[in-house]
Amino acid sequence: MHNKQVRRRRALLAALVGVSLILLTAYFGESPNSPLHTVQRGIVEVLSPVQEGASKVLKPVRDIAGWFSSTLHAKSQRDQLRKQVASLLKQVDQLRVAQIENSQLSREVGLDQSIGISAYRAVGAHVIWRDPTLWYATVEVDKGAVDGVHRDDPVVGDGALVGKVSTVGANFAIVTLITDHSFAVAARVLDQNGDTGVLVPAVGNPKQLLLQYLQKPADLQTGPQPGQQVVTAGFKSGPLDSLYPAGIPIGSVSNANENVLLNSGQVQVAPAADLPHLDSVQILTSPQAGNQRAQLP
Amino acid sequence: MTDVLRLPLRLIVLAFATVVIQQAAVSQISIFGVSADLSPLVVMSVGLLAGSLPGAIMGFGTGLLVDTVLVQTLGVTSLLYIAIGYWSGRLRELRDPAHGLVPLVLGAAATATAGIGMTLIQVLLGVDSPVSFLLIQQIVVTVLVNTLIALPVYTIVRRLIQPALPDDPRRRRRRAYTTGGLSPLQRPSQRLGPIPRSSR
Repeated sequence: MHNKQVRRRRALLAALVGVSLILLTAYFGESPNSPLHTVQRGIVEVLSPVQEGASKVLKPVRDIAGWFSSTLHAKSQRDQLRKQVASLLKQVDQLRVAQIENSQLSREVGLDQSIGISAYRAVGAHVIWRDPTLWYATVEVDKGAVDGVHRDDPVVGDGALVGKVSTVGANFAIVTLITDHSFAVAARVLDQNGDTGVLVPAVGNPKQLLLQYLQKPADLQTGPQPGQQVVTAGFKSGPLDSLYPAGIPIGSVSNANENVLLNSGQVQVAPAADLPHLDSVQILTSPQAGNQRAQLP
Repeated sequence: MTDVLRLPLRLIVLAFATVVIQQAAVSQISIFGVSADLSPLVVMSVGLLAGSLPGAIMGFGTGLLVDTVLVQTLGVTSLLYIAIGYWSGRLRELRDPAHGLVPLVLGAAATATAGIGMTLIQVLLGVDSPVSFLLIQQIVVTVLVNTLIALPVYTIVRRLIQPALPDDPRRRRRRAYTTGGLSPLQRPSQRLGPIPRSSR
């Protein structure tokens, strides 16, 4: 009797582990349009009204917790913001002049404006679910294909890039955040050289990104410096468009160690958006149907 | 509803409620820069209360639900939670720990298993981005936060599934000893109270 129970227990355990391994192997090797992915999307589709309802019901709980957290950090944030306002006010005047000059010159040389953010249509969406694991930085939003959202559409929030749409259902979309280990985007530092590289996350540190593959600066003074803004580079090569329009703020350079910059060609970047506390985002829906869109890497 | 179906039904409702509350509220509340993770604690509690088989099945089901609703690689979380549920149940079956702080220690162990296991699997599957050493710090802080909430979570799970559990003879015997009913160390007069004068 006892042996029978032990055998039964072991057989069931082996079956559960076996099914998990089969699912893992099958899912990992499949394309996004495969049966397993389709079934998964279908289940999320069915559950999305429940998720949306639960998110609304539990909002007061989140708000109370958020209030405590905000109050604790309010004083230090106020001091930081005052400093930022002072330095930004100086920049605004300089940038206004530069903007006028830029638009005049762009018109004169006939630059293509279609990769700019103005060519996109923004769809507002609320965050309803969030992935709690350290390895997957994704959120679910309440807008989907019926609202014109497509896979790979860029997503902005808090006035900065927060990620891209990785899965779309009829009434929901999964947004992969810029801190997810699978994310990468071409980005430019707004320094004198306009240094361009590939921005990737530092897995395990949600407050840090790494801008890699920067060219070694001839003069360190003109290279990336802490505090300088980092924006999406955007590019267009024949029929290929970048996924992300040029000029969306991503964050600012937080650390530009000379040795690391010269040897590895990378600097650390702090994201501008408050990713752990996103409540609403804007999905930039594709402007030019028919164009192919490229992605890095 | 038959007695056979009471436990499975309660476990299904518990798994579903855990995942919904986790994703819709708990994961959006940041404590020391991380979020608490209820699912390994619930799986551990079920294993500790119901045994290794229900623990493993609950782990598989909860993991599959988490992977499905978060559109992650299917099977990864299931694999980790099977181990958590099964070993919590085996601990109960082999040692039957009675100390009140056992869920606290097991909660920490379950969260550490989930965090480290997920890291190992992701590294084996291949990571495109550089991994920061702060990942270790994040895992440690998550373990600490989960340890703090392990006892309340265990209490809630016990309240929910205890009525559906078959009565365990070992626990019934221990309960009787601790309340003074069946202890062999007591005399009959101590067990039954003082004998009335009229019957002497």
